[in-house]
Amino acid sequence: MDNQANPGTTRQLWRFHGGLHLPDHKALSSGRPITPATLPKRLVLPLQQHIGAPAKALVEVGERVLKGQMIAQADGFVSAPLHAPTSGTIVAIEERPVPHPSGLSAPCIVIDSDGEERWTELHPHAHWAALDAGELRNVIREAGIVGLGGAGFPSFIKLNPGARTEVDTLVLNGAECEPYITCDDRLMRERAGEVIAGARIMRHALHARRVVIGIEDNKPEAHAALRDALARVDRHDIELVQVPTLYPTGGEKQLIKILTGKEVPSQGLPIDINIVCHNVATAAAVHRAVERGEPLISRIVTVTGGGVAQPHNLEVLIGTSVDDLLAQCGGTTPTLSRLVLGGPLMGITLQHRGLPVTKTGNCVLALTPGEFGQHGPVRNCIRCGECARVCPANLLPQQLYWHARAKDFDHAQDYNLFDCIECGCCAYVCPANLPLVQYYRYAKTEIWAQARDKKKSELARERHDFRTERQERDKAERAAKLAKKKAALEESPAADSEEAKKVAIKAAMERAKAKREAAGVEPKNTDNLTADQQRQIDEAEARRATEKKNESANERE
Amino acid sequence: MTNPVISSPHVHGPANVSGVMLRVVYALLPAIAGCVWLFGWGVVVNLLVAITAALVFEAAFLALRRRPIIITLRDGSALVTAVLLAVALPPLAPWWLVTVGVLFAIVFAKQLYGGLGFNPFNPAMAGYVLLLVSFPQEMTNWAAPAALRSGDLGLVQVLLHSLTGALPTGTTMDALSSATALDTLKVQLGMAHTVSEIRGGPIFGLFGGRGWEIVNGLILLGGLWLLWRRVITWHVPAAVLGSLALIATLFHLINPELYAGPLFHLASGGAMLGAFFIATDPVSGATSPRGQLVFGAGMGVLIYVIRTWGGFPDGVAFAVLLMNMAAPAIDYYTQPRVYGHNRG
Ligand code: SF4
Ligand code: SF4
Repeated sequence: MDNQANPGTTRQLWRFHGGLHLPDHKALSSGRPITPATLPKRLVLPLQQHIGAPAKALVEVGERVLKGQMIAQADGFVSAPLHAPTSGTIVAIEERPVPHPSGLSAPCIVIDSDGEERWTELHPHAHWAALDAGELRNVIREAGIVGLGGAGFPSFIKLNPGARTEVDTLVLNGAECEPYITCDDRLMRERAGEVIAGARIMRHALHARRVVIGIEDNKPEAHAALRDALARVDRHDIELVQVPTLYPTGGEKQLIKILTGKEVPSQGLPIDINIVCHNVATAAAVHRAVERGEPLISRIVTVTGGGVAQPHNLEVLIGTSVDDLLAQCGGTTPTLSRLVLGGPLMGITLQHRGLPVTKTGNCVLALTPGEFGQHGPVRNCIRCGECARVCPANLLPQQLYWHARAKDFDHAQDYNLFDCIECGCCAYVCPANLPLVQYYRYAKTEIWAQARDKKKSELARERHDFRTERQERDKAERAAKLAKKKAALEESPAADSEEAKKVAIKAAMERAKAKREAAGVEPKNTDNLTADQQRQIDEAEARRATEKKNESANERE
Repeated sequence: MTNPVISSPHVHGPANVSGVMLRVVYALLPAIAGCVWLFGWGVVVNLLVAITAALVFEAAFLALRRRPIIITLRDGSALVTAVLLAVALPPLAPWWLVTVGVLFAIVFAKQLYGGLGFNPFNPAMAGYVLLLVSFPQEMTNWAAPAALRSGDLGLVQVLLHSLTGALPTGTTMDALSSATALDTLKVQLGMAHTVSEIRGGPIFGLFGGRGWEIVNGLILLGGLWLLWRRVITWHVPAAVLGSLALIATLFHLINPELYAGPLFHLASGGAMLGAFFIATDPVSGATSPRGQLVFGAGMGVLIYVIRTWGGFPDGVAFAVLLMNMAAPAIDYYTQPRVYGHNRG
């Protein structure tokens, strides 16, 4: 059932389980060329716009900065620097609300623009082919480039396969499978050359054997533009593949399966199967960083939905507020009911309009009630299995829901909770209107938080065990000494008592070990927490704290 | 302005529980019309009594459990249970028989487990089996097909009969009713007649019971419509009917005079209703496609075994309940291979 020949292309395509054919609403904005957004008066730049450790500010309040100047540096390996999107003055470095699922505040650098757009000195590398992979990665790292498709993982890390790993295929993701969003479509249409140029640089950095660009077949113009751009540079090692439109084809794991037939191992990375996957917009940003020396200070954002007067594709400076963007699109309509950052299936609710656009924000979606689709009352799960039929990870969402709701996190993990990509397919089709994804997020963060608590107490226990072990050993040694003395008195051979000592120590250590093992089983899937997971745990705890607060508030009422 | 945090996805597809349930009822309409044509107004009276009772019991219990009444009633599940039971019961059943069945189905088999979604058994079949075990006499007194009846009752007369047991003067229950084909087959095989002898009798038609084959055909039609509208998938009905046909063929080949053939089994009794409308009940069935194949196949075999060697003429209801019991285990052992996990 997996295989499916595709007569349209030379490449055989595969199929992932499930998926959805969704009304795509792309026509609202796909005809709108990329236009630069007007320069905002104020920019708010969260220090963390990527997966990993927040950047460390390099500037102080009152300092004047130039466009493109680094204002915060990467802190640690998994981190990315930040650059001033325009010239101006730093007016604050403080906690501000940031766009995030849980609506938290985080440290931000606030810049008031001076309107002059004065650039800092740039260092382009026209002859990048002469650079080695490490140098290229450094350029990309210093440019603050992170995955622009949504996840925001620092790109230079994904361009570093490790010395002994060969990269077979570099997959460029131009699927853009979520409804409404057209920023990648426009990018590919209008700046196909930049995408191809970026792809070549990435390929060079990875020593990848081949490059495959996957585009959903609902974007024929983008496909044609890329084909022409490829013809211009005469590249035959870059393959352009149209894939059937099906949500979530743009999911990294799904696209890899479609194009190569391989599956990224559970809890693993594409590189485990010699594949690296980047977004087309990231490729364009890499090109700009390397060949023009420009750091990542802007991105293309689709502003669309029934709640906005004139949908647009805007080239937006990072840090611009959503409100500014909406104003440039003719403002919102009276029927607007929800603002979303990202697509309708995976985007996060924007709690208010003042929030800034970050590096990963591909779409501002203004939804009206008519666009939500059918929303009846939430009912019990009727076990219809619709969710399982559409789940691209081939999970049993109804079982996950059941266990997550019962807070039975062990069973949720037995049903592979951590293979859920939160694509939302299950909740979209659920006739009982259950907020399934919300339960999965909740369960995941709870498990992470518990694992961290457990690690803490484990450390404490290890320290305790170590002490007991030492005490036991001391005791055994004392006993052995005593025995030796006694033996000496009885004139038996000394070797025996040496033996006795060893036996006693061994017994003591085994006792300690047994005690450790009896203490409980390890939680699964929780080793090697990434910084992002760590952050989510913090949020879970913050949420638990507020929940508690709310509870006590409710009790007071 | 601060908006509440609402988790993605922000859009929802067209499906909802009420819609699913209503489609099941629509799909049964042709078969119900067929039953009226064949067995008279009895089925309509059954429906009236069953639906009224189901809504009343459901509402009363929701009130007791302090659950929203109107919203829950609108999920349509009580309606579906009532309709399925009404179609499965003998067309000239007294009102209390129908009511007791509905009471058990709604209250004991569903609400006491926590309502729709938590019931391990198909409510309609639980009610049916309770009646079959408690009132075997009333349950096997099936209305005779039109061609074999002497005299016809109007809707009002049937209603009166259901409520009071009274029949118009000159009409007797015997004249209106007859045993079903499955029943006759079972009894007469017990009296050492051969299948071909028995099937020469007047209540047998071309492949199954006379008239029943048409009703079953209409049920099949409704089932195909449900398939087309994607309310159900092919797995369960195909597995039920496939395994029933297979095992019937096997025994028929061994001894055609002792065992009726596959067509007879498919076209008689509740096989079609069970395959398309009852075994496909999501709540009490298996969920994964592979699980549904196992569930359906098990059911087909059980239907045959009970029909052929069991104590009751038809085995659909028992087969469903038995497989309901096995459903959790089936689900457990037929989990799909998750993306990124090794095969096997
Ligand atoms: S789609 Fe909804 S109702 Fe159906 S099985 Fe999944 S969770 Fe339950
Ligand atoms: S959100 Fe998770 S469980 Fe639901 S369909 Fe997507 S991957 Fe499957």
